[in-house]
Amino acid sequence: MPHKRPRKVLADRLVVAILFAGSMVAILVTVGIVLSLVFETVRFLQIVPLTEFLFSLHWSPQTAIRTDQVGASGEFGAVPLITGTLLISAIALAVAAPTGLFCAIYLAEYAGSKTRAIIKPTLEILAGVPTVVYGFFAVLVIAPILRAGGDEIGLSISSESALAAGLVMGIMTIPFVSSTADDALVAVPLSLKEGALALGSTRSEAIRKIVVPAALPGIMGGMLLAASRAIGETMIVVMAAGLAANLSLNPLEAVTTVTVQIVTLLTGDQEFDSAKTLAAFALGLLLFLVTLVLNVIAQYIVKNYREQYD
Amino acid sequence: MNSLTISSPEQSGLLHLANLNMDYAKSMGIAPERSTPKIIAADLNRLEVESLNVWYGETQALYDISLNIPQNQVTALIGPSGCGKSTFLRCLNRMNDVIETCRIEGQIWFDDTDINGSQIDVVGLRARIGMVFQKPNPFPKSIYENVAYGPRIHGLASNREDLDRIVMESLEQARLFDEVKDRLNAPGTSLSGGQQQRLCIARAIAVKPEVILMDEPCSALDPIATAGIEALIGDLKDAYTIVMVTHSMQQAARVSQKTAYFHMGQLVETGTTDQVFAEPVDARTRDYITGRIG
Amino acid sequence: MTDTRNPAHLRERHRSEKIFRFAGLGAITLAIAFLGTLLVSITLSGYSAFQQTRIQLDITLPADPESASYQDLVKQALRATFPDVSQRRSKKELYALVSTGAAYEVHQFARANPARAGTELEIWLTASDNVDMLIKGKVLVDDEAAVRRLSDRQISWIEQLTTANRLEKQFNSNFFSNGDSREPEVSGIAAALAGSFFSLIICLILAFPLGVMAAIYLEEFAPKTWLTSLIEVNINNLAAVPSIVFGLLGLAIFLNLFELPRSAPLVGGMVLALMTMPTIIITGRASLKAVPPSIREAALAIGASKVHSVFHHVLPLAMPGVLTGTIIGMARAIGETAPLLMIGMVAFIVDVPKGILDPATALPVQVFLWADSPERAFEERTAATIIILLVFLMAMNLVAVILRRKFETRW
Repeated sequence: MPHKRPRKVLADRLVVAILFAGSMVAILVTVGIVLSLVFETVRFLQIVPLTEFLFSLHWSPQTAIRTDQVGASGEFGAVPLITGTLLISAIALAVAAPTGLFCAIYLAEYAGSKTRAIIKPTLEILAGVPTVVYGFFAVLVIAPILRAGGDEIGLSISSESALAAGLVMGIMTIPFVSSTADDALVAVPLSLKEGALALGSTRSEAIRKIVVPAALPGIMGGMLLAASRAIGETMIVVMAAGLAANLSLNPLEAVTTVTVQIVTLLTGDQEFDSAKTLAAFALGLLLFLVTLVLNVIAQYIVKNYREQYD
Repeated sequence: MNSLTISSPEQSGLLHLANLNMDYAKSMGIAPERSTPKIIAADLNRLEVESLNVWYGETQALYDISLNIPQNQVTALIGPSGCGKSTFLRCLNRMNDVIETCRIEGQIWFDDTDINGSQIDVVGLRARIGMVFQKPNPFPKSIYENVAYGPRIHGLASNREDLDRIVMESLEQARLFDEVKDRLNAPGTSLSGGQQQRLCIARAIAVKPEVILMDEPCSALDPIATAGIEALIGDLKDAYTIVMVTHSMQQAARVSQKTAYFHMGQLVETGTTDQVFAEPVDARTRDYITGRIG
Repeated sequence: MTDTRNPAHLRERHRSEKIFRFAGLGAITLAIAFLGTLLVSITLSGYSAFQQTRIQLDITLPADPESASYQDLVKQALRATFPDVSQRRSKKELYALVSTGAAYEVHQFARANPARAGTELEIWLTASDNVDMLIKGKVLVDDEAAVRRLSDRQISWIEQLTTANRLEKQFNSNFFSNGDSREPEVSGIAAALAGSFFSLIICLILAFPLGVMAAIYLEEFAPKTWLTSLIEVNINNLAAVPSIVFGLLGLAIFLNLFELPRSAPLVGGMVLALMTMPTIIITGRASLKAVPPSIREAALAIGASKVHSVFHHVLPLAMPGVLTGTIIGMARAIGETAPLLMIGMVAFIVDVPKGILDPATALPVQVFLWADSPERAFEERTAATIIILLVFLMAMNLVAVILRRKFETRW
């Protein structure tokens, strides 16, 4: 074995060290996110108590401009924002989950390979459209249709209704559900499906009773990821949902979400130290933690199912 | 085993009735477990395959196969790897429909109807012709649920007791009941290989088919489990017609009454097992049996 | 010859099968219908923005381009075209036919053509947005005055100009040469285009090397330690963090800690790079993994070092996949809005940015800003900007697909 010159070995080691440094950036970013969010949240909690943030039912972010201003108490209760976020996300999932799942079932189990090769990329287009475009679509087309439809049947539907925003968010989420569900269905071993068919099942019976239950962990993981996506979505709700915090579960009313408030608090003329801008970071930390938990659970579920077929 | 050769259609019709009565008596629980020897009709065929040709896309896998499957016998399909035996087997219950590029020409007669006809309900067909696969494929459900799956979807049990009875009988017929009777709720995948295969057999039997197709049922099992399955097959043929693909000639010789030798997609030779193994007619058969090829 | 034990049950089962299959097909039809509605409605809304109504006037250019009042020149020209207009109110309505930016257009023309100073010419000037909306059919003559925002007198003047071939729709070059404006008829996406361009360049310069480096390290060199697992978990999580959180990070660290200029493409690009990096790493790893071990082993067997085998043998083969992943990451970055809002790219930008430190906006942010505007004319421009954005996206994805097809090697 020829003896390598020490200089070359050193050069190689240097290269690997540089590569390692590059990959440490990933950790740096996460650390940066956590630190900046936590730091500002701590400063926020020095002004507004945690109990108010988590449990108060009123969100009216105002700060005193002058120390002697009367009625300067704003309230920073995040509950209406959380319910608004959950309402719109729930509507989105109600649209995306069944549609996405049935799309995946049809693609994985019924469509021929030619059909699949055309339809699957077409569905992916839905995922590639920027969310600001969906937001504009919601305002331009969906909200007026819902409003007009509501007038026809005597319901008063707000032009910033949770229904409009949730519906469009659902459309955007369909490919996420269908893509992960498709992967999960295709991963079910053919021998299971054939076993069911050989016993005289119809295709839908084999799918409903054997394939889908076997693919369930992967499908659930996909749904959780979709939920996480819906909760963290910003532009559709900024453009189509309301700004006023409204503690309501009525989809026909206007509600606001965590992401909308983050944008509103930070795109005005604010000095950085005021409670309003700090509140945005506190909301950001809340959002980050919730989506992180959902993602971790989703990954855990998906990993568990993979072990079944080893 | 006693056997009577029947030559006239009236006699074969009577024979058919006699066998049916025996089945009925057994199912009512009024016939003894080990019955009097079954009367075999030498020319009563359960399935008749006529000029079967199969293509996967552009490649032809089976060339002009004509073969009769006699009732209540074990018919073994032997031959080297890739000769088309599994493809042929899967044609008998239309499992090749699952494969997109597969194209079939020819007729397969089952009760005077061609199962490749356009009017055929595949779901109903597969309730009468069941299949056991090479690698045991129990569903990720409990042992009970595995066996109960077939009867449930076909609506064979009118209540829970009925279903319990069917599950129990099927497991008994498959010689598995004693080993699992106190853990029917355990997952089917927790059993050993041989037990899993017997579970799959019980699952197939629970639908009360008339024919059972077995695709190398023992190739994934150890010798002891294999012996168990072979003994089971010997029992099962009294009630069912069995077609078995095997890559082991010794197994074919042990278990079957009729043997068909496949070679590169063609049916080279067929006859009673004794005939084919003792005095093969075709040179290719002889080569395979003596181990010169395959 | 079917199983006749339970025929009614069997029919029921076949009916369920049909319904189930129909539901699957229905879901796909629904999804595609949504997509179609989205694309069609936006295209229908936006295609008209690529034209702009213009009015032709006879204007005498001043002898000295810099010392004239172009407003007066335009007003003069209008009065000359309709000499009967005398009342003050009528005159105001007359002047309102052209855009408030028309004076500036004449000024630009005079500057660009010093040789023609002092001569009289016919110049096409941008009409006001109210006129534009009428000509494009977005408002109708029969609409009530409040919606129409044009008086009957103005309508008759418009008709006269049209008959005299002095008013027509022309290609809307303003849209591509101007930045944002309060007046929709002279507003354009030039500033947003430049801002997006600069931001993407920065994003690419930062994310590509870092992403590829990390992918190579993790796939080829990383030992199986807890640290490596931690890095991998991190990357997977970062890929799923909402984009607005990256914006908050950019705000807290790049703007406040590092005190970089607000709404600069540099900062925008940095934030986008942080978002795009996980995608590049994940797709990069997949491409590297797809290169069979035999390639690496062959290189090592002839005495090459591991580093050499990776960079000279493995990486070139994995490059098409890496590039495809990068293009897809960039395509996502070009449409991202929320993080850019956080770092201040939400300002009203009129001048086209010339560098990465100038205040800028981006295409998707422009869409967001215009979508909020009350003027009717901004609606079609918003849709037109979306059309441009989608065209870019389509082009990028097409390149990625072609790249993948061309270089896809089946091992």
